Amino acid sequence: MDGSTWELIARNLWPMLVATLTQTIPLTAISFVVGLVIALFVALARMSRIGALSALARAYISVIRGTPLLVQLFIVFYALPQLNIVIDPFPAAVIAFSLNVGGYAAEVIRAAILSIPKGQWEAAQTIGMGYSTTLQRVILPQAARTAVPPLSNTLISLVKDTSLASTILVTELLRVAQLAAAPTFDFFALYGVAAVYYWVICLVLSFAQGRLETRLERYIAR
Amino acid sequence: MTDLLTVRDVHKAFGDLQVLRGISFDVSAGTVTAVIGPSGSGKTTVLRTLNALDQADSGEITVGDVAVDFGRPVNRATLARFRAQSGMVFQAHNLFPHKTVLQNIIEGPVIVQKRPKAEAVEDARGLLAQVGLAEKADQYPYQLSGGQQQRVGIARALALRPKLMLFDEPTSALDPELVGDVLRVIKDLASQGWTMVIVTHEIRFAQQVADQVLFIDGGTVLESGPPQQVLVEPAEARTRQFLQRILDPI
Repeated sequence: MDGSTWELIARNLWPMLVATLTQTIPLTAISFVVGLVIALFVALARMSRIGALSALARAYISVIRGTPLLVQLFIVFYALPQLNIVIDPFPAAVIAFSLNVGGYAAEVIRAAILSIPKGQWEAAQTIGMGYSTTLQRVILPQAARTAVPPLSNTLISLVKDTSLASTILVTELLRVAQLAAAPTFDFFALYGVAAVYYWVICLVLSFAQGRLETRLERYIAR
Repeated sequence: MTDLLTVRDVHKAFGDLQVLRGISFDVSAGTVTAVIGPSGSGKTTVLRTLNALDQADSGEITVGDVAVDFGRPVNRATLARFRAQSGMVFQAHNLFPHKTVLQNIIEGPVIVQKRPKAEAVEDARGLLAQVGLAEKADQYPYQLSGGQQQRVGIARALALRPKLMLFDEPTSALDPELVGDVLRVIKDLASQGWTMVIVTHEIRFAQQVADQVLFIDGGTVLESGPPQQVLVEPAEARTRQFLQRILDPI
């Protein structure tokens, strides 16, 4: 690599970091939190004794998991305007990613809830708790332990999937790298930097996952 | 003596399987009733209908001042009041593993009954002392032995101040040398005047503690009466057969 390449990298380190901090990370965080809320309700609906509700949840999960994320993104950003629903790039990305996380995480949360023994529901019932209190105070805190590793996978995938938002004009990390590389065709250098940025975020998340798992396992015999 | 619990013609089926075929009995306030019977006889189901963990299909159950006719639709508020009359101790204790011993015990009083936390904690410490576990308050269930876990389970049920205590084979999942501690606690409760219904295989214990023994077989009360009568001089051949098998298994 010659001097101009290094200079190009140096010039873009900061703008790419700004894009990471102001676009990529907020996009990931908001989509993940909203997605988890969707996932919880979809998981509960899927386990519901009301047939229609369960069927609806199943259909939602099937559609989300059965179609490419890129297509979901395009539908929200490029197709909805045909129905006169025009959404800006960032909120459009949040909507698509949230719905996507909702579909995948719903199955994780459902499995985690089902892993809690029936006796826990019964014990809560005999001390007078209703459904939602039991869920909040007894079932979900225990289910969290089972759900953290697979949900961490979902989150780490999401970090990298936000790069797809570059296709709907969100000026996130990859988009900034693309724009910077375009005039000089020096893709290697700038996409390399982008890759390192994504990797660092994922390293931090993996570390946080380990800490969280340790914390959630404090009441388990080893 | 007044009846704290009356059970009238209770039926319960799981799918095609008719488990209870007309169960009736009374329990006087301050007495201990032991329920015995072969496995599959329906004795655990009887106990579970008493606080509607399994809802009876028909029949009437009165606990304390709450009477429920299970032949009709029961509304949620009535069911909650009905359940609040009794405390349940499970075979597998079912403690909340993510909460300490103390948190397990105050969960019901604080979250459900909305009692002040300080008062609930004080109560809980008293109950822990009573079951011999005062120093275990801040441990997690996994740090306790099976017998200790079961005694915490008893304290958790007592903390709600129920009128009736229900025990579902409280010692069946324990190592033999831990059974005694749990039975001693139950005996203490009996001497303090708690009204209790205990499903058990401990015939000698039933003989010592119970005021009334029910022998359940095929989903009906085949024989009932004082322990001396049912356990020592049973009238029914089935009861004799069962006792012989349990007291002399080989």
